[in-house]
Amino acid sequence: MSTRARLLVFGLGGVALAAVLALGLGGLPAFGHYHGVYGRRVAQIELGARHATDYVTALNFDLRAFDTLGEEFILFGSVTGVALLLRALREDARHELARTLEEHSFAGASEALRLTALLLIPMLTTLGIYLALHGALTPGGGFQAGVVLAAGPMVILLAGRYLALKQIAPDWILEAADSAGAAAYTLVGLGGLIFSAVFFRNFLGLGTPGQLLSAGMMPVNSAAVAIEVCGAFLLTWTEFLDQSLLVRR
Amino acid sequence: MTVLQTVMLVLVILSGTAVALISEPLHQVLVLAIYGFALTLLFFCLQAPDVALSELVVSGVGLPLIILATLRKLAERRDREDA
Repeated sequence: MSTRARLLVFGLGGVALAAVLALGLGGLPAFGHYHGVYGRRVAQIELGARHATDYVTALNFDLRAFDTLGEEFILFGSVTGVALLLRALREDARHELARTLEEHSFAGASEALRLTALLLIPMLTTLGIYLALHGALTPGGGFQAGVVLAAGPMVILLAGRYLALKQIAPDWILEAADSAGAAAYTLVGLGGLIFSAVFFRNFLGLGTPGQLLSAGMMPVNSAAVAIEVCGAFLLTWTEFLDQSLLVRR
Repeated sequence: MTVLQTVMLVLVILSGTAVALISEPLHQVLVLAIYGFALTLLFFCLQAPDVALSELVVSGVGLPLIILATLRKLAERRDREDA
């Protein structure tokens, strides 16, 4: 298709899209005026029913924990797919991999970069653990904690020590974390089935709102999801970086 | 909509358009990180800190990392085929 024909098709489609958008946007409620029922209902009953002060985490890990189960297994399945594909590519080049481990070259990180990395690693790890444990109390939760925890070791790559990263986070630890997190989350749901007769219904004590061990199964779910997401993201990133830095074919 | 939210929205529009209009993939990755940061600020100004936290790490660290790794692999393979 020539450029002119493509531009013509875009012109027609664009005009139609603009008309529909104008009609639709005209009928929206004013910015900031929420017209839904579910949100108001949750805001009214959530603190009394679940003793959590972060309603987003309450929705993710308790009131709609079943949806999060689906999301966790989407992540699990896609990371398994990435690992399968990239490791299949690596199989043929295994003898080359052993050689390049000695010849691994990196452009070289300056002292300032290495110092920054040294400062960032404990800060990111602490922030990740804080977000995971305080999921039900402050903004944060399992997924956010998991990605921040995964970014911590990645800073070692910034400092130019990718092989050190491979030593502290080898494949088997990341796979174990990924699977253990997903399994732990499912087991909490099954615990709801066994102890409260409904899959993913809260069966732990609710505690006092605002304290660390409160809101029932939310901290447990949050920690499980954080471990899974950390393992999943680190596995994906190290697979990609192995392909580009270590494997030569 | 407050002034701050409008400013953030305009920043998102500008950086998003910049990502689409840049042709060199390496430059696009850097502007993509800036776009992710602008989105994070927008989510924060719209009072959604949980989403902002996820967006910051995924779009600032995760996505550029795998794109840069892929670009390096492709460049290496191209250099080896040329040599």
